[in-house]
Amino acid sequence: MKVTILQFPGTNCEYDTQHAFEQLGADTEIVWHKAESLPKDTNLLVVAGGFSYGDYLRSGAIAKFSPVMKAVTTYANNGGKVLGICNGFQVLTEAGLLPGALKRNDGLHFISKHHTLKVVNNDNIFLEKLNNGDVVNIPIAHHDGNYFIDEAGLKDLEANNQILLKYTDANGDVKNPNGSVESIAGVCNKQKNVFGLMPHPERAMESILGSDDGIKMLQGFLEA
Amino acid sequence: MKAIINVSLKAGVLDSQGKAVHHALDSLHFKGVNDVRVGKQIVLQLDTDDKTKAMADVTQMCEDLLANTVIEDYEIELV
Repeated sequence: MKVTILQFPGTNCEYDTQHAFEQLGADTEIVWHKAESLPKDTNLLVVAGGFSYGDYLRSGAIAKFSPVMKAVTTYANNGGKVLGICNGFQVLTEAGLLPGALKRNDGLHFISKHHTLKVVNNDNIFLEKLNNGDVVNIPIAHHDGNYFIDEAGLKDLEANNQILLKYTDANGDVKNPNGSVESIAGVCNKQKNVFGLMPHPERAMESILGSDDGIKMLQGFLEA
Repeated sequence: MKAIINVSLKAGVLDSQGKAVHHALDSLHFKGVNDVRVGKQIVLQLDTDDKTKAMADVTQMCEDLLANTVIEDYEIELV
């Protein structure tokens, strides 16, 4: 199992992501954004979190033109598995690989804390180790995590089971930290091979550090 | 020729920064403001004087990079 992790100027979660997947037994490789191809043996491509290009213009807006993104788009269109975490989610929406967009948090503040999330659809490789309705505790750390999609787009997401996770309280009741439409924390594409979420499962790998709920999420990819 | 591009959130997309500015104006006792929208202005210095070409080029720039048309509208002014 080979996990390839993208690194743009300003990415800062690539080593946490690498550590998390290696802890689960995967081989990993960090690939600089100037690369024009992905390692041939890639089983999962992760667009890691951070602040690619300093979030200039819009979060993820400039990263989508990095040379490696052409290879990422081809990889995704051929059914390759792609996971975008935080800034990676923003990059994937900007690149058109995931629907919607991420806006400034409604409260205008950067939010960095543990947050509970409810699993909405587990009929995909990412969340198949969890049950619908399960509540997981995963850190969030973002300024632009306010997911927006228009009404027609939202209907599509609901009809195709593309909503992965929603922000909730510990009981699984909706609790929205940033203003996201329908409290959405993560979505996938229609084909269910491209996944994006604002919370950081790679930071929830050790119970002594607050939560190990990220393990079950990331494991889904390794066994698929 | 110069292109002045104004990018703002679409009508119907909540502008939280605009709302915060509105509150701030209120608390400074500036009355009579019904709504505030905050956007950004991008100014390009172009090497052409051909307005038709400039408009076509800048429109493409907006569609590809300068605006995210999922949430934003843009207006282009050539001067």
